[in-house]
Amino acid sequence: MSVSLALLLTAGVLIACGVYLVLERTLTRVILGFVLVGNGVNLLFIVAAGPAGKPPFEGSADPGEMTDPLPFAMVLTAIVISLGITAFGMALAYRAWQLFGHDEVPDDVEDRRVLRRRRRRSEDAEKLPWSQALSEESRRGALMHSQGFAPADDDQLGSDLTSAEDVPQDATEADEGQEPPPRPAFRRRARDQGPNRGSDRERVDDRGASRAPGAGPATDADPDLDPDSEHTDERGDA
Amino acid sequence: MSIELLLALPVMLPLGGAAVTLLLRHHARVQLWLTILTLVAILTVALAMGYYVTQEGVLVLQIGNWTPQLGIVLVADRLTALMLVVSSFVTLAVLVYSSAQAVSEQSGRTPLAIYHPTYLALVAGVSMAFLAGDLFNLYVGFEVLLAASYVLLTLGGSASRIRAATMYVIVSLLSSIIFLSAIAAVYAATGTVNLAELAVRLDGLEPGTRMMLELMLLVAFAIKAAIFPLSAWLPDSYPTAPAPVTAVFAGLLTKVGIYAILRLETLLFPASQIQNLLLAAAGLSLFIGILGAVAQTDLKRVLSFTLVSHMGYMLFGIGMSTQLGMGATIYYVAHHITVQSTLFLGAGLIETRGGTTNLIKLGGLAKLAPLIAILFFIPAMNLAGIPPFSGFIGKVGLIEAGIQYNLASGWILIAISVLTSLLTLYAIAKIWNRAFWQEPSEEIVQRDVRIPKVMTGATAAMIGFSLLLTVLAGPIMTYSNEAAASVLERVPYVSSVLGDDAADALVYKISEDGQRVEDR
Repeated sequence: MSVSLALLLTAGVLIACGVYLVLERTLTRVILGFVLVGNGVNLLFIVAAGPAGKPPFEGSADPGEMTDPLPFAMVLTAIVISLGITAFGMALAYRAWQLFGHDEVPDDVEDRRVLRRRRRRSEDAEKLPWSQALSEESRRGALMHSQGFAPADDDQLGSDLTSAEDVPQDATEADEGQEPPPRPAFRRRARDQGPNRGSDRERVDDRGASRAPGAGPATDADPDLDPDSEHTDERGDA
Repeated sequence: MSIELLLALPVMLPLGGAAVTLLLRHHARVQLWLTILTLVAILTVALAMGYYVTQEGVLVLQIGNWTPQLGIVLVADRLTALMLVVSSFVTLAVLVYSSAQAVSEQSGRTPLAIYHPTYLALVAGVSMAFLAGDLFNLYVGFEVLLAASYVLLTLGGSASRIRAATMYVIVSLLSSIIFLSAIAAVYAATGTVNLAELAVRLDGLEPGTRMMLELMLLVAFAIKAAIFPLSAWLPDSYPTAPAPVTAVFAGLLTKVGIYAILRLETLLFPASQIQNLLLAAAGLSLFIGILGAVAQTDLKRVLSFTLVSHMGYMLFGIGMSTQLGMGATIYYVAHHITVQSTLFLGAGLIETRGGTTNLIKLGGLAKLAPLIAILFFIPAMNLAGIPPFSGFIGKVGLIEAGIQYNLASGWILIAISVLTSLLTLYAIAKIWNRAFWQEPSEEIVQRDVRIPKVMTGATAAMIGFSLLLTVLAGPIMTYSNEAAASVLERVPYVSSVLGDDAADALVYKISEDGQRVEDR
């Protein structure tokens, strides 16, 4: 089977550009990247169909000379699917922008918690050898847990994210005119203690979000998600 | 009317139901009952299908009477029928459970009108993936269930769910793209996407090409099944969803991936060259997953990590690709769908009663809510593989197959599975100590919530189903061994789709003793 080099090269360039975009942090760019990769893969199907032939209508030509129609049917299906998924991804990016003021792909909360724990350990126990520092930390942790209180700043993000009270309730159209639901206590505390820069930015975000068409009352943005305060120090640590 | 038409129903019924429930979005009760009715109908169809496949072997439906080479075929063998029965029961029980939760909780504020249609679309996608007779239809089935799962995961669009869904959507998109390019490569190499025809044509390919195609498809499926190096997305995204949604995801979505891997390793690429890779991935999943579970302090996260870990058991059976191993795997899949969903439903009950799933804050539930304690205890012991529950039977089956496999890799895997089983028990004991025995905080004692009877009832029904797997372990094990034999043999599948001539062209066939696939 002879293969068109132009098609292959185009597919390669599309996929390479797409992969570059997928590696970005913004959801919008990631989705654009997937659109490009998807188009590149669709071209691969056309490569798989072989060289162009006569149109595949019954009785119009010898079946041996016709183009294989099956890959094109698959490409059409794949295009429709990627259209729907792209629309969903854009909606997701828009919602993230409403809530956080940006649409960056967040770090894994659990990773961040583990990282913070490790950082605290290394701050406290710099002078101890590694093995002792580790056992010291776990001893302290076990003590705290057995006393029934976890350190206040320990689990704000990681462990309680999934509980019902933590998930901020979004006002839907049905509850217009009602008081917004009470916010979890620790969030308020976290915001008071948060860095100034973070809370300034958050206020701006709130305004931006409530101005947005169709936006409900802006839900509180998590100051820990502020890209300025979070990403920089994490990279510095790594 | 021939019985083959039954095969279209598990896909058409939920899709039709989704359309009608979407039209009825202002009538919540009607929506609910219509959804329940649809799911009951699917369960009935699946049971009937299970009966017919034991009578007549493999059922094939050619959609629109196109030939299998050109059109879409739906195929049901014993494996498909078993998966459909289990999945339709689980979806039904979870839906009943969620109907009560929506009323009792603050989640009533989320836009529920789309919940039922999306749920039915998810069911349609799962059924389509199980029934698909060609690779591209499998892809479409995956996409349908993934699109529905995106919506279910972001129900309400709150901050933490958007955060979790972003990760989930990106990872799923990546796996879909890999799958799609794998299909393009398969088509370029063989000129077909029909599974039966692929089975014949892939046998004749060069080993290098064959392995590349296998690896591409394997990566795509392994992301969906959350096999270890590709599993990091799961514990981040599942726990934030509402409890019933997590239950369905944990029970079914990963198993669809495992089902695809099973088909891949038996029908398309028998006598695989990467058996040791599969076994290594299985061992790493088992061990690293369970270490994650031990380290967590959140109930749902612990359960998500045990899910990652226990995917390793199923991959273990598939990796050996002996008849005994496959049989045990098929039994284990049925067991694991049920027990993992039940555990997440139990976690939902705990969350309703205690207000949180943070194990440090929970406590004293054994006294405060003995019913929840029982409803959590049974599936938890079942997961850890305590006799006489079905988890024990499944694990014994796998270990027996490993002993018979009698290679170094098999023995290593046996050691890891036993260790994982112990560590699972440890993780479960940790949950039990913290959530049920720990001194309760004032807040939990004061908290006055009535657990809706429907929720406990649905969880109890799931437990009943998992006990049924124990009581009827003999017949079900026989059934899954037959399923394994037919899957490994390949001839029934190929000959019922393409006819006997095509089946004769198969290169790799099952050996005389019916245990291993080899080159003839």
